[in-house]
Amino acid sequence: MEQSWKQAKAAFAAIAVPPVAWLVLFFLVPLAVIWAYTFGENVGPTTIDFTGTFANYARALEPLYLDIFGKSLIIAGLTTLLCLIVGFPVALAIAFAGPKLKSWLLLAIMLPFWTNLLIRTFALIAVLREQGYVNFALEWLWNNASGFMTLIGLQPLGDYEPLTLLYNNTAVVVGLVYVHLPFMVLPLYSALDRMDRSLMEASLDLGAGHMRTIWSVVVPLAAPGIASGILITFIPALGAYLTPDLLGGTDSQMIANVIERQFKRANDWPFGAALSFLLMYLTFIAIAAQAFIQRKAERRG
Amino acid sequence: MASPFKREKPGPLEYMRQWPLRLIVGSTLVFLYLPLITLMVFSFNDSRRNIVWQGFTFKYYEKALTNDSLIQAFVNSLTIAFFCTIISVILGALAAVMLWRFRFPGKTAVEGSMALPIVVPEICMGVAMLVFFARVFPWPTGLPWPLNLGAITIAHISFAFPFVATVVRARLSSFNRELEEAAKDLGASEWRTFWDVLVPHMKPGLIAGALLAFTLSLDDFVITFFTAGPDTVTFPVKVYSMLRFAVTPEVNAASTILIVVTVVLTAVGLHLQNQNNSKESKA
Repeated sequence: MEQSWKQAKAAFAAIAVPPVAWLVLFFLVPLAVIWAYTFGENVGPTTIDFTGTFANYARALEPLYLDIFGKSLIIAGLTTLLCLIVGFPVALAIAFAGPKLKSWLLLAIMLPFWTNLLIRTFALIAVLREQGYVNFALEWLWNNASGFMTLIGLQPLGDYEPLTLLYNNTAVVVGLVYVHLPFMVLPLYSALDRMDRSLMEASLDLGAGHMRTIWSVVVPLAAPGIASGILITFIPALGAYLTPDLLGGTDSQMIANVIERQFKRANDWPFGAALSFLLMYLTFIAIAAQAFIQRKAERRG
Repeated sequence: MASPFKREKPGPLEYMRQWPLRLIVGSTLVFLYLPLITLMVFSFNDSRRNIVWQGFTFKYYEKALTNDSLIQAFVNSLTIAFFCTIISVILGALAAVMLWRFRFPGKTAVEGSMALPIVVPEICMGVAMLVFFARVFPWPTGLPWPLNLGAITIAHISFAFPFVATVVRARLSSFNRELEEAAKDLGASEWRTFWDVLVPHMKPGLIAGALLAFTLSLDDFVITFFTAGPDTVTFPVKVYSMLRFAVTPEVNAASTILIVVTVVLTAVGLHLQNQNNSKESKA
């Protein structure tokens, strides 16, 4: 049973004050300041008046910025969907592997998660750029095919045109999937690992195929895990800054890139603050939606 | 027992032994590792275009290791991660004990705010820290090293300690509260009970939390990007500016060093945790 704080006031104070004070001073105060800025106006190069205006929010809802919000939601949604499609079979395979193989596979999925995000993105650039390994391999295949065509008396294929795999929206989605895949696999794995297997065996015994069993037995049972996997992939993907910045082109800006520009180059802090609070509200809406679905599923279950 | 020469047919639930799933798992691992492995291999390649293998060389490591600003950035990153880990573990452990042990008014609000740094998008926290350190709490410039890293370290602790608190709290849920009461009945003070009964139980959680805080700090780019000044560059920020300029094999070499450092630290951390677990299961 938890103890009431009144029973040991001195101990409670000694334990509670440092973390709470830190959280208030170095987290909640900065957020509150940014929140206050969303109602401010630029009146000079460095002076900001807190006029209580809603102009920053109104500007954020202009079509130009709404488009960027929409685009970010689509990119993050697509990333989450691809992670789910790839992550589910991987999680299933890991959950049903032998104990030794299982721990190695889990480590293999986790390890990239421990390496630096920037380095992983950079590694992806080296693979995808025009003089990268993917294009290099394709060129080799192309030239061989071309040689083969001459050999059998047909026209050669001509020079290889390298594919542009970087600096477009596809590259951003590929990069986000690359970075966020472990976020999806781990919660899916823990849900599938805890599942009662006799239900699957029953379904298979009664004549359902593997796909049918997965769809009508495994997916409903693992629904909470799937929901939390979706959530913890979607949230960081929505707020991603580095991936669109390094892999995207001029038209693949996501919200975070626009926010960065307001603070570092455009020097419009109130507007940037309003954008970042809108992003935060979107995040909270996603969390609330997940909690709502989870509660509904629990009540049904 | 089946003869070792004849392979058993896979059971219905042995998904890992069916080829479609093997193929998916295999290609996922290739997708995850191929870029990293090529990056590491080609850091030893003797060619600037770094695409065709030209022979083995250490020259990019020499270049990276004689690049003073890169070394400075690396040392800065490790220093920040070190201080961030120590303070985050202390604050995280206290927060976990507070939420685990006490009932108090406003507990839900405190719990909710503790979860905020975990869920708030990095970019929002980054700009909040930028404004905070620019306008509200200006960190003095021109302080001697390592004090000039204070602003970045504070920002890192703010997002790292709630993670530590979550890990330690999960560990505490398996603690038998009667042990604490027994210690107090036998005359131990609050402090002695905390230090001799609770802390040993929390130890695996503390190790896992420390590892998490260290890698989170070493890994962070976005929040650091907004709090770093011209003379407080960390390794990721330095690599970022090098990347903007040109993709050189020197960056490959520096990245390889960081990957090896993280992998070794993770291995040590996991080993310590396993040791602790096996000790416990023996006892």
